[in-house]
Amino acid sequence: MNISEYIQLLFTDYTLRTITIGTAILGAVCGMLGSFAVLRKQSLLGDAISHAALPGIAIAFLITGTKDTNILLIGALISGLLGAFWIRQITSKTHLKSDTALGLILSIFFGVGMMLLTFIQKMPNANQAGLDKFLFGQAATLLAKDVWTLGIVSSICLVIVFTFWKEFKILLFDEAYAKTLGFNTQRIDAIITSFIVLAIILGLQTVGVVLMSAMLLAPAAAARQWTNKLSVMVFLAAIFGMFSGIFGTAISASQSNLSTGPVIVLVASVFVVFSFIFSPNRGILFKQIRLSQNRKDLQLNKTLQFMFEIVKTHKNISHPHTIKILNNFQGYTKRTLKKLEDKKYIEVNGQMWSMTKEGYHFSANLYNQDTSQNND
Amino acid sequence: MTSAQIEIQIIAALVAMACAIPGVFLVLRKMALITDAISHSILPGIVIGFFITQDLNSPWLILLASLTGVLTVFLVERIQKSGLVKEDTAIGLVFPALFSIGVLLIAKNANDIHLDIDAVLLGEIAFAPFDRIFWNGIDFGPKSLWIILSILVVNLSLLLFFFKELKLSTFDKGLSTALGFSPVVVHYGLMTMASVTTVGAFDAVGAILVVALMIAPAAAAYMLTNDLKKMLLLAVCFGALSAILGYWLAYFLDASIAGSITSVLGLVFLSVYLFAPHKGILSILYRNKQQQIEVSLITFLLHLNNHDEKSERHIKHLNEHINWHKVKSKKVVELAQKNNMIRIENEYISLTEKGKSFTDLAINYIITNDDSKIESIKEDFFLFRG
Repeated sequence: MNISEYIQLLFTDYTLRTITIGTAILGAVCGMLGSFAVLRKQSLLGDAISHAALPGIAIAFLITGTKDTNILLIGALISGLLGAFWIRQITSKTHLKSDTALGLILSIFFGVGMMLLTFIQKMPNANQAGLDKFLFGQAATLLAKDVWTLGIVSSICLVIVFTFWKEFKILLFDEAYAKTLGFNTQRIDAIITSFIVLAIILGLQTVGVVLMSAMLLAPAAAARQWTNKLSVMVFLAAIFGMFSGIFGTAISASQSNLSTGPVIVLVASVFVVFSFIFSPNRGILFKQIRLSQNRKDLQLNKTLQFMFEIVKTHKNISHPHTIKILNNFQGYTKRTLKKLEDKKYIEVNGQMWSMTKEGYHFSANLYNQDTSQNND
Repeated sequence: MTSAQIEIQIIAALVAMACAIPGVFLVLRKMALITDAISHSILPGIVIGFFITQDLNSPWLILLASLTGVLTVFLVERIQKSGLVKEDTAIGLVFPALFSIGVLLIAKNANDIHLDIDAVLLGEIAFAPFDRIFWNGIDFGPKSLWIILSILVVNLSLLLFFFKELKLSTFDKGLSTALGFSPVVVHYGLMTMASVTTVGAFDAVGAILVVALMIAPAAAAYMLTNDLKKMLLLAVCFGALSAILGYWLAYFLDASIAGSITSVLGLVFLSVYLFAPHKGILSILYRNKQQQIEVSLITFLLHLNNHDEKSERHIKHLNEHINWHKVKSKKVVELAQKNNMIRIENEYISLTEKGKSFTDLAINYIITNDDSKIESIKEDFFLFRG
């Protein structure tokens, strides 16, 4: 199946369209809220909460006996919030550190959830099949009604983020200042955290408990590399998340046996790797290029300084010298000589070189940083 | 009990014990979440290893998968050092990606591979007794029993041989570096130990529950003691106990063994969390309350010491002037009387000799800014605490 066929299919096939819209919305809202999680250093809280949601799903099923997604997700929401609350209590009341608290809640809640799920599976009135879709998510089970829920909740998130933009921003970057301005930081904190929990719960059906945290983190971490501005970061993260959803769905639909959740996570990871390497300011590639550029410049300056030391002893600064005397200096190569000539700091004439006036002035001020008028 | 049941319990207990040892150090080093990363990201290692060896219990597979675990740790550290993202984000980015690769590899090759997603999450300890070692026709017991036993023995001997290094580098990195123990070697040694143990336990309890086996016993033990040796011992005991109780819970509920073991671990932690003698929540609450009353008592005694005039020493005065509730003032007065600090005559309160000397000492400490010493003189003067 080639791309144009797929796009055509996207417009004609109802199921595919529903799923694509659903994952796109989910990716966008996760990216948006994930930005806050990443900047608040709560990245792994998402992981813990998504795992902690599992027993809620099982218990909601045990109590109501329905498989209605919304009811199950409310159960997930309650147990997710419970997990988040307990994590906070452990770190504030005992001497256990936050990493232990996170790992503890994550694994124990998940374990209880798994025990309940296996218990449910063995129950006699078994219409329970499909509960384990929450483990890795099954985008294929998204119905139009689920997409509507997703859309409505996402719009609410969007409105909230716009309304409290200034409060969120100030809390992120300067909590103490926010307090002195009279903002109720605890309440703002609670709002952000509960919306992050909400985003996680929304993603459970599509991406699943196990991989949900990546959905939250990856677009935001990728967006972070391209900008230092919060608004741009949130916007970019939403875009990255959306395209992870769309591409992930497309890839998993085009092959058999590829579950959507892991594919979406992998696409998002590709965004992250790409951003890590190629972002102009923070990326590894350009950083490395800048580093070697600086190193070369330093080498060049060292050669120039060495020449300056020789020239200094002569009355006529343009007095030619042989290239040979540079031989026992490390930084010198034919290329650096050529470069210096290009910059008009020296003139090379056969086997001889001489320093220009410009070069003399530049190298005289090399280490007192007064190179402005000669530096290009 | 059938012999298979006994074997499962032994394997579970051994797994829990083997996990508890590196778990204690990870919790103390604030690296508990790295177990989460390792346990997820060894999955592609296991799957690829399985393609090569076709045997889940092959030592080569364990080696390969452990290598993936160490690689994860390395990758996480590289990302952290690059400064592109914060530490926790680095962990959160690496393991889902690797885990996804593993899941997709399994899903793509579902027909040729004897691993399914449920086994990844829950392990298949229930089937462990069926894969046995026969040598010269003699039954030597389940394979996984021998594997986990050897991992436990290796962990124990590493612990015994390098106890001093581990302890020192855990609690004082600077000193251990100054004394010439390379922190990098100890760190990666520990990480390798954690990876190998995780891979060994993976088969039995699955990816996520390994995390519980590593962290929960250590965290529970840490609530009870500050002594490293005791903590190790307690953690191992908690682990083994939960494993065996968890098996029986699973037996009665007909649910997953690994899930039940984790649930029991959760219960163990919860009860320690609530009831631990010094650091438990209830004990903290009790202590807070005790301290509240005692602070009130000291305030009250100091007040008496300050005022000779009768109007300030009337028993009704407590309610009116110091603004305490009736219940609270009654409690404070009773406590003071029990401790023989005050005397009540005609509804007027005065300090006894003992009360006088206590308040004089306390004032002395307060004006010399030695407030903390009041805590120790409480021990000397109070027969009954708040």
